[in-house]
Amino acid sequence: MPHMTDERVRAGITHEEDLSLLNEVSMKTAGVSRLEMCIQCGTCGGSCPAAIDMDHTPRMLFAMLRAGMRQEVLRSNTPWICVSCYHCVVRCPQQVHIADVMYTLKGMASKAKLYRSSTAPDFSKTFVDMVKRFGRGYELGLVALHYLKHFPLRLPGMMPMGLGMVTKGRMPFVPHKIKHMDQLRKIMKRAKELELNS
Amino acid sequence: MNKYLYYPGCSMDSSAKAYQESLDAVLEPLDLHLEEIDDWNCCGATEFLGINLIPAYSLIARNLALAANQMNGTRTVVAPCSACYLNLAKADHYMQERPALGEKVNEALAAGGLQYKPGTLDVRHLIDVLVYDIGLETIRSKVTQPLTGLRVAPYMGCMLPRPDYQNRWSDHEHPTELDDLLRALGAEVIDYPLTTSCCGGHMAQIGPETAFELLRRLVADADERGAHMMVTVCPMCQMNVDAYQGEMNHFFGTRYHMPVLFFTQLMGLAFGKKPAELGIGTELVSARDALTNIGVEVPVAEEPGAKRKKAEGLPMPPRWTKHTAGKETVK
Repeated sequence: MPHMTDERVRAGITHEEDLSLLNEVSMKTAGVSRLEMCIQCGTCGGSCPAAIDMDHTPRMLFAMLRAGMRQEVLRSNTPWICVSCYHCVVRCPQQVHIADVMYTLKGMASKAKLYRSSTAPDFSKTFVDMVKRFGRGYELGLVALHYLKHFPLRLPGMMPMGLGMVTKGRMPFVPHKIKHMDQLRKIMKRAKELELNS
Repeated sequence: MNKYLYYPGCSMDSSAKAYQESLDAVLEPLDLHLEEIDDWNCCGATEFLGINLIPAYSLIARNLALAANQMNGTRTVVAPCSACYLNLAKADHYMQERPALGEKVNEALAAGGLQYKPGTLDVRHLIDVLVYDIGLETIRSKVTQPLTGLRVAPYMGCMLPRPDYQNRWSDHEHPTELDDLLRALGAEVIDYPLTTSCCGGHMAQIGPETAFELLRRLVADADERGAHMMVTVCPMCQMNVDAYQGEMNHFFGTRYHMPVLFFTQLMGLAFGKKPAELGIGTELVSARDALTNIGVEVPVAEEPGAKRKKAEGLPMPPRWTKHTAGKETVK
């Protein structure tokens, strides 16, 4: 920890302010995150339809970011529960890009392997693997792999639904592949290198 | 002639194929010409953005680059899916807002011989184009079988009116575009305050307890307000409310039966098209009874699978309910 000034110690401040986590999250977020502008009003949590299932409301999470609580933030289930409905985003008086910050935190938690349940990261990974392979989504492959691994107990109850989707022609067996997969692969390979260097 | 570039998105030829069929059926009466972007790829839905940044945006931007190369008298890309619409609009917007992102994405695109200058295209959703370009007057003039007597809950979903980078919608939380369009078709539109509430998105697959509660609110409210059906503009909303309604009912011990159709399907009916041309009957929560309110008869489809003769079959694990929930998800 950086050396504390006598003045700060006298004032009872125990931690040097460290905004490196906040800055890192901002840097890794797509647009201009405006994360540092959060005034802790709580409009986000109050607008969230899924807040009840979250460890921390977005407001709490942003305070934790500012306090540099890296482990706690990346372990929080909050970004994984976020349904990307953007209620908080349009209501935020400071125009913080809350939903995009949640995406960033998911990515950081995945890389640090700090998530507590692998269900959501696995789903994203399976989805993206299909897209990287075919250039298009492949619903049947995705749900089959995902449910067998994570929700075997849901399968019997889901049989009528799955059967309905297949018989009504809403879930083709064969994935559609784009013509220029080589082009897409080259783009994705370069993009990955650029990501690592940033 | 109304000509646009068209980005269908992956679900239009699978889970939302009824949306594509019904859209195809109303193109001609509306004099609407959609030119599909050649060799488009998946937009990554909400999954890729949560993994890494540059690859996710490069995947989206390949579509923008292809579309820009294909511009021919129009710079508007139309997407029928709210998630695709948002992703395309988001990439275009953030590549401008954060030039560093735009540069990196273009560097990645260059590896495939492509480039995209943000702001080149106008990204719009199908219903935006129908209401604001083609216009409610034209739509009304094509109605031959008004939907009088059909009470509908207009379900706009969340990713369409929000975050709304280009200020396209009448309101972010209670937009009226879908209401107005359904009224132009002659339907009775109920007040539906949850119109832009979330269907749960991918949570039906990864956090069913969260998703089922969101679905329950939507369906219960439409039901209490006397809607015969919900009407949606998004494949993901339709899929969640339709395909997961059975599991949601089982989870809560409820017995809701709330069909959900695409707005293009109702438009087709109002234009005098037959249900079979519009993919009606492919929904899992049948709209047959609801459609008798406007005198539309949907032929009875074969029920999938034969009924088991004996009650006792193979031994099966207990079904997922709110009492057993959560016991297998935590690792």
